[in-house]
Amino acid sequence: MPESIEKNMSNETLITGKKAENAIKESLFLFTLYICVTIAILTLMTLIYDVLSTGTTRLTSDYEVGLITKIQIDNPIDFLTTLDSRYPDRAGIGPAFAGTVWLMIIVVSVTFPFGTGAAIYLQEFAPKNKITRFIELNLTNLAGVPSVIYGLLGLAVFVRLAGFGRSVLSGGLTLTLLILPVVIVASREALKAVPDTIRQGALALGATKFQAVFRQVVPSAIPGMVTGMVLGLSRAIGETAPLIFMGALTYVNYFPDTPLSGFTAIPIQVYNWIGYPQAEWKETASAGIILLLGLLLIMNSLAIFIRNRYEKDL
Amino acid sequence: MENVNDLRDQLTKTITRPIEKIVKFFITASAFAAILISISIIFTLLTEAINFFQDPAVTFKGYFTATRWTPTFQNPEYGVIVLISSTLYIAVIACLISFPLGLFSAIYLSEFATKRTRKVIKPVLEVLAGVPTVVFGYFALNWITPNIIQRFIPGTGVFNALSAGIAVGIMIIPTVASISDDALNAVPNSLRNGSLALGATRRITSLKIMFPAALSGIIASFILGFSRAIGETMIVTIAGGQYPELNLDPRSAMYTITSSIVNVSLGDTPHGTTAYNALFALGITLFIMTFILNIGSDYIARKYRKEYE
Amino acid sequence: METKETVQVNSESVFNVTDLSVSYGDFVAIKNVNMDITKNKITAFIGPSGCGKSTLIRSFNRMNDLILGAKVNGTITYQGVDLYDKMVDPVQVRRRIGMVFQKPNPFPKTIKENITFGLKVNNMTDNMDDRVEKALTQAALWDEVKDDLDKNALELSGGQQQRLCIARTIAVEPDTILMDEPCSALDPVATKKIEDLMQELVKEFSILIVTHNMQQASRSSDYCAFFTTKTSDDGKRRTGELVEFNETSVMFTTPDKELTEQYISGRFG
Repeated sequence: MPESIEKNMSNETLITGKKAENAIKESLFLFTLYICVTIAILTLMTLIYDVLSTGTTRLTSDYEVGLITKIQIDNPIDFLTTLDSRYPDRAGIGPAFAGTVWLMIIVVSVTFPFGTGAAIYLQEFAPKNKITRFIELNLTNLAGVPSVIYGLLGLAVFVRLAGFGRSVLSGGLTLTLLILPVVIVASREALKAVPDTIRQGALALGATKFQAVFRQVVPSAIPGMVTGMVLGLSRAIGETAPLIFMGALTYVNYFPDTPLSGFTAIPIQVYNWIGYPQAEWKETASAGIILLLGLLLIMNSLAIFIRNRYEKDL
Repeated sequence: MENVNDLRDQLTKTITRPIEKIVKFFITASAFAAILISISIIFTLLTEAINFFQDPAVTFKGYFTATRWTPTFQNPEYGVIVLISSTLYIAVIACLISFPLGLFSAIYLSEFATKRTRKVIKPVLEVLAGVPTVVFGYFALNWITPNIIQRFIPGTGVFNALSAGIAVGIMIIPTVASISDDALNAVPNSLRNGSLALGATRRITSLKIMFPAALSGIIASFILGFSRAIGETMIVTIAGGQYPELNLDPRSAMYTITSSIVNVSLGDTPHGTTAYNALFALGITLFIMTFILNIGSDYIARKYRKEYE
Repeated sequence: METKETVQVNSESVFNVTDLSVSYGDFVAIKNVNMDITKNKITAFIGPSGCGKSTLIRSFNRMNDLILGAKVNGTITYQGVDLYDKMVDPVQVRRRIGMVFQKPNPFPKTIKENITFGLKVNNMTDNMDDRVEKALTQAALWDEVKDDLDKNALELSGGQQQRLCIARTIAVEPDTILMDEPCSALDPVATKKIEDLMQELVKEFSILIVTHNMQQASRSSDYCAFFTTKTSDDGKRRTGELVEFNETSVMFTTPDKELTEQYISGRFG
């Protein structure tokens, strides 16, 4: 390092402005950085372009399938509401879409109370001791456990032990375990962002710790917690591997009507379609991916919207 | 003036509400659920895995020495080495892609990018991180393989380790980039300014000052990325194929731990059969591998944070 | 000390502090404080930064309890009751001994909700509207905000926010108000308003105020305590100590201690 700095600072460089060698090195380096960032972005663009160009044909153009062209599905609404089919041009994503909605309802209703509850305890009430530290260590590790292992856990605990069978309830609970660590961490961040002066202000008025936390701190942190929840959900919505153990991959061509119904979900349906060899299925799979990415886009926009509004408030 | 005893009575009167106790109990229990989940993961994986090794057809030695993984064949063989080597092989390809791309993107973001560019690129990376893995799998199978791999390396099969590895690599770029970026940003600004003030160029400052200073955080991001590559399931299941024998040709199909877990569970595997128990043996193998890596990453990152506190 | 005796003879005291020291872990923030705080008077704590005056004022309503590792030795009695008695509930203490902080900290809610929060947690839910109006009037804020009680408190100016914090404190009818540098974040005009307000409030409340502004102490307090830091022999630790406690008029004209005179005349600190 000293050498290069010396070179760079030599009088000649300063006077003549001849920094040729260094300038080349600098621009090469910067160029490399640009390339790396561009590749990352370009990949995303290519992926989206490929999916869109393949999938939209499936949803908009006319097919020629023998004489029964009328029965094909060629618009997004029908695609969303129709059952799966043996023919790629007639296959809809209805049951999978319904399954995903069921899963999300179960995930939200279980994750929100437990996730925010755990976060409130850890951030506001937990004593700073070894047990708390141990819980935090557990959370860090759980966040890094591969999702397929949560599938095995769900299979052993919810499907077999609890007797929920291969049902949408088992699937929802498994996804809950999967995103719980993420939601807890995000909710803690939201609580951390509430200034300490709010807590002190409440306590100085004679509020108990409990009142200060639940009536002042938590309400201020709710938007941040909701954002964390939405981000957790957007992870759950795309998860495929754990659901395979819930029987979601067997041919399910009906709408789930109770929590104990068998089910399939959008990513599983997509995985299924990818597996078929005929080229038309590729288009159907792309259409499913468009739906999946669309849902994710909506959820992320929602999270960003809440975050921005909230930031203006504080 | 108030009587002193009355005042003392008032000041010592603690109001307890049952609802507060119930809520406090609930939130404490929620936090402790984290421990419960960890215990049940280890417990369920272990018990079924122990059942697996009690089958006479399975030997502990065979598990680690056989060179085929064929649990559903007539004469089943359970050579986990096949799966572990494929898993590591694909993970290494993924790391070759994601480490340089992720790290350089991080250097660009923290050292060179203007605030405005940062504001554009960060969300793009976040979106990339949020793309479901089944989509990456589709992308690997239907785009990377025909348009890149088969074009430049003729004779490559539809399912191959290379395209799966590349897709996994792309998937973990955001992980590596964002943790490395955090590490670089955590280096005190005085260090950067000190170097620039001495006349060092930005390249030298980045490579010789910032990079070493943030090294442990960067290593932590690499380990975490590697761990995620090992645990990745859908991409390798869709694009990596299922070749159950030991082989090191990147053009051919391979069989990772995760994809064999998926494939075994797809077959007819009733509860209690050896194939069913094999799922959990593989599960605990995978769990141990990722657990060690995650702990290591966390330890290094924590140690690093202390350096600047 | 002669003056101390006059204090006790002349009027009734609300706090009696005996041999008080406060420490955080190994660090002793302030030690050996003895003083009696007179009822319905304004007592100012002055001294250079780091002398422990903020730490001291926070031990009067047990806000120090919230800081991990904080330890209080010695006694503070409040109207005869030991505040650090094991049986005493800090929540009850804070209800009677209110506090206004250095930086205005209204809750990010409406003006009205800022006042009603304290009322609700103290079960003073009868005639809430009247109580809100009374508190805001006492804090000289009513005329400015009576038409937008549902406006977010964060939209008020800094000075208004601080008066709102005073209003919510007096709404729960404490008998003492602690103020920790309440004007340090405010401009001179807003500061003047708060000082005028203090003169009104002292008719009803006892006020303790920490300030780094000597003009403020001399203008508005009845009693004044001067603290300084003492560095230990090895030069590693700094501990706050009470140098002089006196009637403000006396302290600012004929201080007992030379150190006080130096500080007041601006020669150190």
